[in-house]
Amino acid sequence: MSRLRRLVLSLILFVLPACQQQSALAPAGEEAARVALLSWILFAGAAVIFVIVLAALGFAIAGPERLRRRLRAEGAIRFWGIAFPAVTLAVLLGYGLWLMRETIASPSPAALRVEVTGEQFWWRVAYDGPATKPIAEANEIRIPVGVEVEFVLRTADVIHSFWVPSLGGKLDMIPGRTNRMRLKAERPGIYRGQCAEYCGTAHALMSMEIVAVSQAEFDSWLAAAKAPTVPVSETARRGAALFLASGCGACHAVRGTRAEGTIGPDLSRIGARRYLAAASLPNTAENLIRFITDSSAAKPGSLMPPFAIFSPDEQHALAAYLASLK
Amino acid sequence: MTTPASQLPDDAVGLPSVLPRPEGERERLEAVWRSPRGWRVITEVNNTVIGYFYIATAFLFFLLAGILGLLIRLQLAVPGNDFLSPQTYNQIFTMHGTVMMFLFAVPAVEAAGILLLPQMLGARDLPFPRLGAFAFWAYFVGGLVFFCTLFFGTAPDGGWFMYPPLTGERFSPGIGADWWLLGIGFIEISAIAGAIEIIVGVLRTRAPGMTLTKMPIFAWTLLIFAGMIVFAFPAVILATILLELERAFGWPFFIAEKGGDPLLWQHLFWFFGHPEVYIIFLPAAGMVSMIVPTMTGVPLVGYRLIVVALIAVGFFSFGLWVHHMFTTGIPARSLGFFSAASMAVAIPSGIQVFSWIATIAAGRLKITVPSLFVIGFLIIFTLGGLTGVMVAMVPFDRQAHDSYFVVAHLHYVLFGGMVFPLFAAIYYWVPAFSRRPLSEQLGRWAFALIFLGFNIAFLPMHITGLIGMPRRVYTYPAGMGWESLNMVSTLGAFMLAAGILVFLIDVARNIRLTTGERAGDVWQAGSLEWLPNHGFGTRSIPRIDSRDPLWDRPGLAREVEAGAYYLPRTATGGRETIVTSPVEAKPQYVMRLTGPGYAHFAAAVFTAGFFLLLTVKAVVLAGLCGVGAIVAIMVWMWECDQAPAGEIDIGGGITLPSYASGPVSHSWWAMVVLMLVAAALYLSYLFGYLYLWTVAPQFWPVLSELPSLSSMLAPSSLLVVSGASLEACRRLLDGGREREGTIAVLLTLGAISLAGALGVDILQHGRAGLRPQASGYAAMVYANAALQAQIAGAVLLTAGFAAARLVAGRVDRIRRVVFDNLALLWTYSLGQTAFGLALTHGFPRLVAI
Repeated sequence: MSRLRRLVLSLILFVLPACQQQSALAPAGEEAARVALLSWILFAGAAVIFVIVLAALGFAIAGPERLRRRLRAEGAIRFWGIAFPAVTLAVLLGYGLWLMRETIASPSPAALRVEVTGEQFWWRVAYDGPATKPIAEANEIRIPVGVEVEFVLRTADVIHSFWVPSLGGKLDMIPGRTNRMRLKAERPGIYRGQCAEYCGTAHALMSMEIVAVSQAEFDSWLAAAKAPTVPVSETARRGAALFLASGCGACHAVRGTRAEGTIGPDLSRIGARRYLAAASLPNTAENLIRFITDSSAAKPGSLMPPFAIFSPDEQHALAAYLASLK
Repeated sequence: MTTPASQLPDDAVGLPSVLPRPEGERERLEAVWRSPRGWRVITEVNNTVIGYFYIATAFLFFLLAGILGLLIRLQLAVPGNDFLSPQTYNQIFTMHGTVMMFLFAVPAVEAAGILLLPQMLGARDLPFPRLGAFAFWAYFVGGLVFFCTLFFGTAPDGGWFMYPPLTGERFSPGIGADWWLLGIGFIEISAIAGAIEIIVGVLRTRAPGMTLTKMPIFAWTLLIFAGMIVFAFPAVILATILLELERAFGWPFFIAEKGGDPLLWQHLFWFFGHPEVYIIFLPAAGMVSMIVPTMTGVPLVGYRLIVVALIAVGFFSFGLWVHHMFTTGIPARSLGFFSAASMAVAIPSGIQVFSWIATIAAGRLKITVPSLFVIGFLIIFTLGGLTGVMVAMVPFDRQAHDSYFVVAHLHYVLFGGMVFPLFAAIYYWVPAFSRRPLSEQLGRWAFALIFLGFNIAFLPMHITGLIGMPRRVYTYPAGMGWESLNMVSTLGAFMLAAGILVFLIDVARNIRLTTGERAGDVWQAGSLEWLPNHGFGTRSIPRIDSRDPLWDRPGLAREVEAGAYYLPRTATGGRETIVTSPVEAKPQYVMRLTGPGYAHFAAAVFTAGFFLLLTVKAVVLAGLCGVGAIVAIMVWMWECDQAPAGEIDIGGGITLPSYASGPVSHSWWAMVVLMLVAAALYLSYLFGYLYLWTVAPQFWPVLSELPSLSSMLAPSSLLVVSGASLEACRRLLDGGREREGTIAVLLTLGAISLAGALGVDILQHGRAGLRPQASGYAAMVYANAALQAQIAGAVLLTAGFAAARLVAGRVDRIRRVVFDNLALLWTYSLGQTAFGLALTHGFPRLVAI
């Protein structure tokens, strides 16, 4: 980006008290950067045309007679209303089609594939794993920086839409269809995304975080993710036993244990996530307990049934266990 | 009251009717047009009275939906707000959009047409007064009941475009979605009825001499508006029928696992949805085209260019719908086409904008409240159009779609493009309908608050969306940078509301709607609606030879009021107007119009009752209402098609028949438009059928599963028998040998044949083991039957009605409009049924593996 553009951008972003993780105007990905440039060009062009129309209107109302004489001619209508827009739009269309060229041509295979399935109201994630057993995750997606990642998008229920504005545009997840999208993060960082197709009660609370790290970090994370974690502390071990005994494993899987349920999000690495409940609650023991006890109080519309059956002691044990799953 | 000869203009000699008019003629005219008093005014059908009801109701819905908008803004003013629960919020935003689009925007411009067109065209009323009244009452009852679902917590909550599978039975098991489907679905009947009236009215009841190129632009926009309704609304009606069939009976049109497709809904909905926004915008642009010349004192510059632009918009807008689906994964090549088309549609709007600017440059713009609202419209709509070009670009739309950027764009084009012209129109035309005009002072305050409030509310949303806030969210987290923008938007919304409150105060203090003496032509305008107007319209129907008749003939108002033009009387003792030819507006016959009655009112209430009770699954009561509606419609129709009353002298040496049948009849034209609606509905279905095959061909049957070709014999033969009966009836009627009884019997048998053909076909599919719940394919086969049954049912009822009239002596060789209309509908039904047979039996064979 040129220095002038960076200056203008940072001025504007200074004015906006921005947390810029989820902004199409603060691009950190290849596609987002192209669209951000397009956006500035469109804004500038729109501003120019708006000023022209405003000026024409102003002159028509109260301008000098020679200008008014030119504005009232049918030629002015043909020029400004037909010729000028036709040329401008043709140029714009060409630029737009050129920007779309990669989506029209068939691309080469991507370095990494991540499968994301939209659910009400969370994101089911799967990385290619050893042999054909995928590594399951939920709501927080790690990707390597500087590499084109192909997202394979499906849905388990209604139409959702996968949108991480800092990295690129959105693509819908539609029943019966598999949509594929490529994103490439240019810088390490945490990029927030949100479901962008109204999907029911808790649509507003269906967010995610894409964590872009170096290739080396990503590789070691993926390798570590395959291995089961063993709870160390006494409380955590009690929590582990409680987790299995209370039937949590019927819906939630934890790699390396008997918990193999796939109805709800995979919890194998829940302790390492920054947020709970599809990036709607910070990951703290207190929030974990709130969510387990009555998820729809913590996240209205959540489809997890309430579990008010645990004593405070048991709640702390469960929270400690889940926090240990890193 | 007659004008003394000494006050008549000098060239009154060449005018159609001799002055002074006879004693008592005006009084008799007034008497037949007088509205019933007190509560009995609900039986009135006069376009002026219905127009008042219509526009008041539409405005009421604007206020109600606006309050919902304020609730939305209150909830979003701060992050993490708990003012509204998500369940309530989701109902509120769904209703805000649904009520604004279906219960305010289209009805408001339709109401403006109903109120203004006859006066503007020099007619005494619209061609089908009871139909218009029926449409209004159905809308009134249905709309209010639909809105009240909010108070019971059972309002729909799937968003105003109701995408399945979220709105399917599995994910929306409650009754809300059914309210939308059945409630809004039947309100579209109102829109279509209005469209039929407007098309026939604009094309056939213009004042003599008002050729198409002399017609006011507002009439052009309403003609195109109505034509667009005819082709666009059936797509959403079909989608609505299909989704309701899926919800109620499990016919899986939109369920992917069973060979349906959620995108089918999106295609059907947006094929309607995109033209819908131009349907809303065009009449508003037409209003601006009427207001600007008056405010500048010169004729509209670029009239012909504008007409071409309007027709272009009408056509183009049907080719853009996929731009609402840019992020669904449709191949990029197809997207490119729709992107290009979406940008191209900006050009006709550009033509109009610069024509208005040219008109302003050609005259001197008086700064009045209407012209202020027009300036506001130009500014806001231009901005909306520019952001529209932005979202037409696929890469940009991939970020902007479903974010607050689009919310900003749509409000700029809809509020700027329709609501601002509506306010301009209200301030402009109120003097033509009210004893007092509105206040210039209050109006300026209203304008300032509305203009500033609107921009403060919606301009920031362009940024809010691009910095990541999606739409349709009941709350958002702190720390995203969205807080201050949302707060500003909320403050702006309340400022906008304050402006509307000022407007309401102005209305309460000053509007005195009447069918009597009005404030009149305070702006020195040029078009006919400013002639002195009464319950019966103008005293006489003028002859037109220019685009701005009041400017080009300064004495016109006085001459018309004196009764110097055509038909300054009631010739048959009832309400009448002149029917003219579509292009040249040459007088063809005198149309007799119906007056007040209860039947159409009852029909509207029963029709509303049928759909609304069906929604709450009160099937028996609904059925009773349905029967009631049919009976009421028959009673209503029984009084129509009055007997010929001989030749009528309308003045100027012209004598016209009082009855017309065949293609020159306005009733024939209405029937043809209705058939176009039916055809558009069936074509939408055909699209759906073929589309599902492209998506899920594996659900189409193999050859062995299909009923044999010989199974087509029985239905086809019955269709032939039906057609032959109809032809026989026509020949008997033409023969004129008093064979009414025979004709009645043949009609009934022929109609039963038609129904029989359909019944046999359905039975055969059933016997071949096809169940509609099995797959999208199966559901489509039965959907074909449902659509055929709709028309065949109408044919059956109309045939019965015609048979009754034949027997009662109200149909004969001359007085035959009822039979001719039946024949049109019947022929169409035969064609559609035959096509359906060919499709459901032939297509699977064509593509079978």
